[in-house]
Amino acid sequence: MTFKMKLLVGTGALLSFAGGVALASGPAARTAAPEVKKHQVPVSKDGDIVLGLCDGETTMEVDGVKDGQKMTREQAQRVSGALMAEWLKKNPDANWDPVPLPAVAQAATPPPPKNPEAPRSPPGVPRTPEKPTAGGSVVQGGVRPESGGKDVKKQAGAPIQDGHTYGAFSERDEAIWAASTQAFVEEGNRVFHDGDLLGSTVAMSCDMCHPDASNTHPETYPKYQVQLGRVALLRDMINWCIENPVRGKPMADDDPRMRAMEAYIYAKRKGTALEYGKK
Amino acid sequence: MANKFRSIETKHYAERDAFFEDLKKLDRRAFMRVAGISAGIVAGMGLRSPHSFQLVNVADAQETKPRFSFAYISDTHLYEQKLNDRFVRAILKAVDDVNALDPQPDFVLFGGDLAQLGQASELKLGAQILKSIKAPVKMMVGEHDWFLDMGELWRELFGAPNYSFDHKGVHFVVLNSILEKDFWTEKKLTPMERMKIVAGLDNALQSRFEVGSEQREWLKKDLAKVDKKTPVIVFSHSPLYKYYKPWNFWTDDADEVQAILKPFDKVTVIHGHTHQLLSNQIANISFHGMLSTAWPWPYAPEGLPKLTVQMNRPDPFSQFDGCGNGRMDVLEAGLVNKLYNLWERNPITVRASYLTSGGKQDVPPRTKLPSY
Repeated sequence: MTFKMKLLVGTGALLSFAGGVALASGPAARTAAPEVKKHQVPVSKDGDIVLGLCDGETTMEVDGVKDGQKMTREQAQRVSGALMAEWLKKNPDANWDPVPLPAVAQAATPPPPKNPEAPRSPPGVPRTPEKPTAGGSVVQGGVRPESGGKDVKKQAGAPIQDGHTYGAFSERDEAIWAASTQAFVEEGNRVFHDGDLLGSTVAMSCDMCHPDASNTHPETYPKYQVQLGRVALLRDMINWCIENPVRGKPMADDDPRMRAMEAYIYAKRKGTALEYGKK
Repeated sequence: MANKFRSIETKHYAERDAFFEDLKKLDRRAFMRVAGISAGIVAGMGLRSPHSFQLVNVADAQETKPRFSFAYISDTHLYEQKLNDRFVRAILKAVDDVNALDPQPDFVLFGGDLAQLGQASELKLGAQILKSIKAPVKMMVGEHDWFLDMGELWRELFGAPNYSFDHKGVHFVVLNSILEKDFWTEKKLTPMERMKIVAGLDNALQSRFEVGSEQREWLKKDLAKVDKKTPVIVFSHSPLYKYYKPWNFWTDDADEVQAILKPFDKVTVIHGHTHQLLSNQIANISFHGMLSTAWPWPYAPEGLPKLTVQMNRPDPFSQFDGCGNGRMDVLEAGLVNKLYNLWERNPITVRASYLTSGGKQDVPPRTKLPSY
C-alpha cells in the first residue's frame, strides 16, 4: 500500500465524522484555498497500515492489518474512534459534539480563480468581488482543524447582537446571493454581445462599439441628453442604441434582457463615483 | 460601382475643398490679406483658435512640400449590403473622399478589415467597391478578413498578405500582423465560431496577434538589401506595439519586430485596428493609427501612449462622427505627417515633428470631450 493510499484509507475511515469535522472547519474558502499541509505518517516496523488524522499530527498504527490488506468496517470504526479520542485528549477546549449531525448540503466547489487570459464562455467579465471588505464572496479564515479548539471557544464566548432575523444569514447564504448576482451580470454580458438576442436586423451588437461596456458611462445618468432634447436614463440610451445602430425594437423597462444589460453595465463600472448630469 | 449619387456631406466637403484650393492659388500678398481677414473674423467671433483648420492648411501649402502623399481607407467591416447598408454607405463615402483629392494621392492604402466576418459575399463586395478608387490601391489584411478561411479567399482576391515595394525613395513593407497561435483546434471550433471569437474585442478566448517568426525572418531578409538611411514605412494592421492586451490592441512579438527596424534612421509604422486617433513614438519608430469608416473604438482604460492626443469622444447619434479616412504626407526627410480626415469635424494633423520632438513641437489641438 502506497503512502497516498494510506491517506485515502485514513480519510475513508473518518467518514462517519466528516459532517462534524466539516462544520467545525467552516466553509471552504472560495478563492485561494489554504494549502493543505502534508501529513507524513511514520512507517510501521511490522509493515502494518499507519493512519493519519486530518489534524495533520495524530497517527495510529493498526496492528495486524498489513499494507495492501483491507480493513473491515468494525476495525475502521474502532480505529477512527481511537484517533478521535486521541485528538480530544490533545484538544480539551474543543466543544466537540459527539452526536453525528444530519448532513448539510454545501455550496458547490467554486471554479478556480479566473485568469483573464484563460478560455471561458461566454466572453465575459472578470469576477466581481461582491464584498470588497472580505476580498471574496466568502470570508476566509475561521475555525480549521489546525486551529484546534481555541478558536471555537473564542467565538463561542464573543458577545454578538443576536435574535435579529434580518441579519441572521450565513456565509453560505452570502455565497449564494453573490453567485446569483454574478449570474445576472453574466446574462447581461451575453445579451450585450449577441446581435440576435438584441433583435438586431443588421447583425450589430453593443460590444462592437463598447468593448467591456466601455464608454457607456452609466454613472453620468440621469442627464439631459442634448440630442434627445430631454433627460435620459441609462436604459433610454440602451434603447436608443438598440433602435438606431443595432436596428432592433426597443425593450420594455421590465424586459429581462434590459434588466440584465443594466446589471452588466453597472457591474463593469464598479468603483466609479456616481456623477449624475455629467456632460 | 458608379457613384452618381453623392451624399450631402460629400457635396459639402467638395465645395469646401474647392474653396480652400482657390485660397492656395492666391499670391502671397493676397494670402496675407485673406488670412488677416479670416483671423479678424475669428477674433471677432470670439473664437480663440490658433489651430484653426483653414489658416494652418493654407500656411502649410506654402511652407512645406511633401515628397509625395498617399491616402488610406481602413477598417470598413462590411457585411453584405442586404444585411447592413450602414457600413456600405460609409466605405462609399470614403471612396468619394479619396477620389475627390486633388492632387490625387500616389496610391491608396487599404488598412485591413475589409469584411466583418471574412465571408465571400463581404470580401467580394469590398473588392468591387475598392475598384472604383482612381489611384492604385495597396491592400493589407485584417483579422476580420482572415479567420474564417485563414485568408484563402483574401489571397485569391488580393494576392500575398505580406510584400514590399519602393516608391520615390521610400521603402514600404506591408505585414500580415494579425496571425494568432492556434486556439481553435483543441476547442474543436467551427471556422465561423473561430471567426466570431476573433471578431470580438473583449473576450479572452483568442490568442494575441503576432507577426510570427517566419514573417520576421522574411522581414529581416527584405530589409537586408535596404540602405539604413532609406526611409522605411511599415503597414501593419495591428499596432506593432503593446497598447492594451485584453482588447488585442497588441502585437505579441512587437519588441522583436521593433528590434528589426531599429537600425534604420527613419521608420514610420501606419496601423489600423484601433479605430481612433492614436500616436506613439518608440525610439526611432513613429506610429500612426488609422480611422475606421465603420465605427470608432473607445480609448482603452490603460496603456494609451503618452503622445496620443485623444480625439473628442464621438457623438453616438451621428453614424459618421469619430469615423473617417486620411492622408499621409511623406516629407522630404522621409517621415510622415498624418492627416486624420474625421468626418463631420475639422481634420487633425499629427506631424512627424510632434512625435520626434517628444511632444514639444507642433502639438495637435487638444481634446475638448475626453473619454469617460
